[in-house]
Amino acid sequence: MPASFIDAVWLVPLLPAASAFLMLLFGRRLSRPVISVLCCGSVFGSFLVAAGIFRELLRLPADDRLREVVLFTWIPSMPYLLDAGAQALFQVEWAYLVDPLSAVMILVVSGVGFLIHVYSVGYMAHEGGYYRYFGYLNLFMFMMLTLVLANNFLLMFVGWEGVGLCSYLLIGFWFLKKSAADAGKKAFVVNRVGDAGFLVGILLLATTFGTLRFAGINEALADPGLAVDNAVLTAITLCLFIGATGKSAQIPLYVWLPDAMEGPTPVSALIHAATMVTAGVYMVARSNQLYQLAPDTMLVVGVVGALTAVYAASMGMVQNDIKRVLAYSTISQLGYMFLACGMGAFAAGIFHLSTHAYFKALLFLGSGAVIHALSGEQDIRKMGGLWAKLPITSKTFFIGALAIAGIPPLAGFFSKDEILWRTFANNAGDIAAAPLILWIVGTVTALMTAFYMFRLVSLTFWGQSRMTPEVEHHVHEAPRTMTVPLILLAGLSIVGGWVGIPLVLGGGNWFEHFLEPVFVPRVELAVVEHSHMLELMLMVLSVVVGLLGIVVAYLFYLKRPEMPGRLVERFGGLYQLVYHKYFVDEVYSAVFVEGPVLGKAMGSTLAGFDLKVIDGIGVDGSAWFARFTSRLSIWWDTWIVDGTVNLVAWMVWVLNWPARALQTGLVQRYALWMATGVVLLLFYYVVRYMPGSW
Amino acid sequence: MVPTWHYLMLSAALLTIGVIGVLTRRNIIIILMSIELILNAVNLNLVAFSRQLADVSGQIFAIFVITVAAAEAAVGLGILIAFFRNRDTVNADEIDLLKW
Repeated sequence: MPASFIDAVWLVPLLPAASAFLMLLFGRRLSRPVISVLCCGSVFGSFLVAAGIFRELLRLPADDRLREVVLFTWIPSMPYLLDAGAQALFQVEWAYLVDPLSAVMILVVSGVGFLIHVYSVGYMAHEGGYYRYFGYLNLFMFMMLTLVLANNFLLMFVGWEGVGLCSYLLIGFWFLKKSAADAGKKAFVVNRVGDAGFLVGILLLATTFGTLRFAGINEALADPGLAVDNAVLTAITLCLFIGATGKSAQIPLYVWLPDAMEGPTPVSALIHAATMVTAGVYMVARSNQLYQLAPDTMLVVGVVGALTAVYAASMGMVQNDIKRVLAYSTISQLGYMFLACGMGAFAAGIFHLSTHAYFKALLFLGSGAVIHALSGEQDIRKMGGLWAKLPITSKTFFIGALAIAGIPPLAGFFSKDEILWRTFANNAGDIAAAPLILWIVGTVTALMTAFYMFRLVSLTFWGQSRMTPEVEHHVHEAPRTMTVPLILLAGLSIVGGWVGIPLVLGGGNWFEHFLEPVFVPRVELAVVEHSHMLELMLMVLSVVVGLLGIVVAYLFYLKRPEMPGRLVERFGGLYQLVYHKYFVDEVYSAVFVEGPVLGKAMGSTLAGFDLKVIDGIGVDGSAWFARFTSRLSIWWDTWIVDGTVNLVAWMVWVLNWPARALQTGLVQRYALWMATGVVLLLFYYVVRYMPGSW
Repeated sequence: MVPTWHYLMLSAALLTIGVIGVLTRRNIIIILMSIELILNAVNLNLVAFSRQLADVSGQIFAIFVITVAAAEAAVGLGILIAFFRNRDTVNADEIDLLKW
């Protein structure tokens, strides 16, 4: 056991990474129980370490809750010139940052992640590719934990791209289904657009500040003699925000998230509701010191967030696919978080992030249990009357719906109300009326949220069954591996908000104080003092709005089922517009995919350039040149260099043939030569010395 | 008494047979036997001249030659067996590893 959990922070991402490594290399040979235990166990290990870190952090004094654990130097120092003209060293460490914000994030990610892993054991029990699914899921956990633990923008970007990859792999998990493969591709490509913005932002940061460490940038920003142009800060923060709109599905890059529902439902719960899509919010909150100094960007963030919230909620009201309703709901809730960030209430944004993780994971897992029970049916028009048949699923789903609708004392109420109140009370920015307008938009969204959630609950669980007899026959409650996570998440959805009970209700808003060291105010926010009375009244108003939405949904879909039809008739054009998602997919497709300027023509021009110039001249040309020079070299080597050597050898060979002919190696041949010699010598002497010879 | 040149003629004949055997036969065992013939031709010479000159040292030398010939035959056969085990042949034609 390590001496300190904070020093062992590397275990948090490493455990899922090791398990993912095993799965993707040897998973095929492992049995399902082994895979389940290994994958859930590794994430549970991460959760335990995260909990230990959280506990340790709480024991430290509030102003000392920041630790950086450097694992190794990733990019060694390279000197380069800053925009300001100064010399800087570019160096990036693979280091993990532990502070209140990342501690909250790893706790939420690993905790919710663990529950969803357990749920997946039940949900995926009858699916092929079990090891692949869990391998990707664990890889995702590693990447997500790296993202939230990174101490610099570049490492964060690694996690950012990694979760994008895992999202792609898991959306397209059933890749034999064309719609799933297409949805994965769409998510990947749309995210690329945002990532390009993020990357430009990172490069701008590097050339402006000379470091990518969050702490280093914050130090530079805290320096009163900061000599960075406001326009540069605005550009940086806008670029980062473009990245956030891609990952967190905000206008204009939200289009991939509804399609991402093609993936397995636990994946939708983990990646496309609870964790990955909140990465954008986390990133904005993490760079809050930058954003605070760029009020124009803050306004953009707030406006985009509020617009996305109301826009997505309107689409959520008319969808008929249970998962798509939840997908639009997710986009809408993410809009709330960005609204909070734009209003400078970063803590409220993170608060909503964590409560949303609980209840949205719960809702998605609940919908997964419904789909599981109904043999794959996702259309809410073909459901109904499941309340008694799925007792645990329906009750936990109901709790989740109440939480997101903002009914006290459930989690969603505290976080959503905090955001609305902060929006209302904010008075920064050039346009005095902006906060008020955004508050109205937020409140309308709250009404719509309550409406679409209880439309979902009414159509799915209440009223008469509209299922086909065959489906109805097979309805069964989910196995325990699925219901236990539901119950635990329902518990969290109830109590999860109690860490941030506002002052007026007698709470201490502990959560905000805990995060205070991360969100040091950089600019004096001109908060207008409002009376507690007003705050309480607004709180009551938002509860009333939530209840109103619930009642309207109840009336529309249970008491007066003909009402929606009549409304559709009355506002046919508007309904068609919303039902078809404002035709944004079609517009994007027409402009960016098929369109003459930005679409096909540009695509084919770029493809032609790629093929002819980059591939043709650049790659193939250099390959041809390399082949040509190497042939020359081969010729020279064979004929001149080797040729000289071989010539010498050949000459020796030719000259020595008499010696070679004599040396046969046959002893008898030698003996014959010898005998011949002796005979000849003998003959010579006999002839020479014989007296009287000739 | 047999004149000395008779012995010498016999010795020359033996030597010639031995040399022809060494040069023409392919089986190394026969070659070794031919070498014995050559050595014995020499021995005959030595003994013949020993008798003619009435000097016993020639006969003593012949005994040495017989001893050395026995040793040579033993070593030669040993090499031959080792060689046969390696190459499966005792054919002098096929033993030409000493060439360039």
